[in-house]
Amino acid sequence: MSQLHLDPAQIERARESARRIARQVFDQMSPYTTTTVERATLRLLGIDGVDTNDVPLPNRVISHLQEQGILQHGAATMVAAAMNERGCSAQQVAQAVADGALTLGRAKDEAAARRSAQALAEAACQRIAAQRALREERIKTLGEGPTPWLYLIVATGNIHEDVIQARAAAEQGADIIAVIRSTGQSLLDYVPFGATTEGFGGTYATQENFRLMRAALDEVGAKVGRYIRLTNYCSGLCMPEIAAMGAMERLDVMLNDSMYGIIFRDINMQRTFIDQFFSRMVNAFAGVIINTGEDNYLTTADAYEAAHTVLASQLINEQFAVLSGLTPDQMGLGHAFEIHPELENGFLWELAHAQLARQVFPDATLKYMPPTKHMTGNIFKGQVQNTLFNVVSSVTQQNIHLLGMMTEAIHTPFIQDRFLAIQNARYVFGTMKDLHSEIEFKRGGQIEQRAQAVLLDAEQMLATIEAIGLPAAISQAMFAEIARTPSGGKGLDGVIEKSDDYYNPFLSLMLAGGASHA
Amino acid sequence: MLDTRLPEQWVKPYGDTLDDGRMQVSFTLPVALDETSKEGAKRLAALMGLEEPAVVHAEDMGQGFSFYIVYGQCKHRVDLSSLQVAKPDYEVLDKTGVDALIQRAMGRRMVVIGACIETDAHTVGIDAIMNMKGFNGHKGLESYHQIRAINLGAQVDSEDLVARAIEEQADVILVSQVVTQKNIHLDNLTKLGDLLEAEGLRDKVILVVGGPRISHELAKELGYDAGFGSKTYAEDVASFAIHEWIHRKAA
Repeated sequence: MSQLHLDPAQIERARESARRIARQVFDQMSPYTTTTVERATLRLLGIDGVDTNDVPLPNRVISHLQEQGILQHGAATMVAAAMNERGCSAQQVAQAVADGALTLGRAKDEAAARRSAQALAEAACQRIAAQRALREERIKTLGEGPTPWLYLIVATGNIHEDVIQARAAAEQGADIIAVIRSTGQSLLDYVPFGATTEGFGGTYATQENFRLMRAALDEVGAKVGRYIRLTNYCSGLCMPEIAAMGAMERLDVMLNDSMYGIIFRDINMQRTFIDQFFSRMVNAFAGVIINTGEDNYLTTADAYEAAHTVLASQLINEQFAVLSGLTPDQMGLGHAFEIHPELENGFLWELAHAQLARQVFPDATLKYMPPTKHMTGNIFKGQVQNTLFNVVSSVTQQNIHLLGMMTEAIHTPFIQDRFLAIQNARYVFGTMKDLHSEIEFKRGGQIEQRAQAVLLDAEQMLATIEAIGLPAAISQAMFAEIARTPSGGKGLDGVIEKSDDYYNPFLSLMLAGGASHA
Repeated sequence: MLDTRLPEQWVKPYGDTLDDGRMQVSFTLPVALDETSKEGAKRLAALMGLEEPAVVHAEDMGQGFSFYIVYGQCKHRVDLSSLQVAKPDYEVLDKTGVDALIQRAMGRRMVVIGACIETDAHTVGIDAIMNMKGFNGHKGLESYHQIRAINLGAQVDSEDLVARAIEEQADVILVSQVVTQKNIHLDNLTKLGDLLEAEGLRDKVILVVGGPRISHELAKELGYDAGFGSKTYAEDVASFAIHEWIHRKAA
């Protein structure tokens, strides 16, 4: 489609503001680590499993180091030192700590401990790089679906039932399967262990569940002749650990927003900013596409009036992503089709916004979300709303297309809800395939003017945020009309000031060896 | 003696002729599509009470599942005059009317505290009722001059909600439950009710629940004062609350 006329200098000004906003937060948070960053580090070094009370061993070791008052030095070297002294594995060290048979302390030979930690971390990075290479090889040999990729959710609560539904969805045409997490997992300060069969509104994210679904999707992918991507939720109080587990088990897509947890889960701001940096660094290194959560703003704020907050947030998310080493094709910046169906010309404004996102982020893997807020029990109308959403996605060439469910307002989807949603999208994407290259936006018309207005509002909003700083902006409810303060919310007790000799081998290994070396 | 019964009012689905009973159902069977599965779909429809069922669409879905759309004629009918439906008994006022009534009856602002309790993270409903903007052009409780609306948001522990209700001297507790998988909402709502009983607060507050799968009848069964489903706006909840407050005062 011929492009909307937008001022490139204006886009650049907005992006520069976002760059400085993200940088300021990054600099303020760099002197800190968190309990979950340290637990993720231990997971990457090979510590897994739970104690007799089902408490994960990474939690046991990190709590132990906190009790000793030495976590601020970084967990990796102290575990590596114990390994050297006892001649055992990281897992054995963790088990001994959990059994009360070992008290960890500072390394007697700090340099040797760092060398060991570094070697372990290099081995971990090699395993993750091998998973990344395997993904790329499978995509090359099997192929992948055309964009927009059809993204479907399974959410039975039982991983084995999820597997059945995911396989059926892939056979019906899904390109991406997302396993929704059990409601409430984002507020757990640990990651559950093992295969799980009980969840509410979704299935717990565990490393074993990742492994089971990955194997199933590899199998069905080979059968249908295209690589099926797997998505989970790298959000909440354990973002870095989920990222680590996903990297090891070859997840392809992770919901991973820099502000979502703060705003929508009331997770502490400082905690989230530190955790999102580390988790995104892991995702960058593993070749994972992150998805940001701007669509959520429009479920609380009005989609027409708050459109500029989505664009402003996407620009901020983009700059945080850059700081963690993510490349544009790994940035699944999110937006949504949520304008009230009764609003006159609402479809035009949806089209304007989707095209605006496409042009501001030409190389990003844009994630487009379906109507949810204005879905009703009228499934027949819902099917029409989803069809219009499919049209916008096709015409503006979105990349990741979360399929709308006609039963959105009623229940977690039945198998036929997904089936009908895929049929609908395939019909629209097929019958309108080249429409985008055949039509033009009227110069100076309503759609173009709307996009320009949203861009202007976003630019001004970013200038305001830059002047007061992002924490103050969030405190003033500038996103989603929800206010959060820097010291409020859950998880602040997990934020720890690093000592001068803090060491974490993954920071240099992953930031240097991510996309640039892939 | 006068007969006060309502005249009978029998109804059944309407297609294009009165009492033709025409309707459709759609469903999935966990078997691959073949002639036997189609016949099975038809027989199932017959067992549902659909006469002359016709499978108008059948499709294989892969992985051993198949989808059916069936039309038939419903053989059942119901007498509407014989039904008794529980619904809140009060007049729904608009925002101005609610504000005026609160001022007149209470002489102070009504305190309403709201939350999605326990694991429920879906604030769409509570936000639509409580936040300034409201929903569909119906302003939320925050915009009512005579209401102090406190929205605690998502995933609030019942204990925290009760503690805050005591602290704020809440007149009304409004809880939202959207997630109903495996009936988790029933456990959550029961827990909150029990906590309020234990704190001796149950009779002091007006306890209201809302959500897409909530009915007034269900709410009453759970020991709540009222339940609101979809298509509910702030004025519905506020009207109920002030009428209930007045009713209790008089009792």
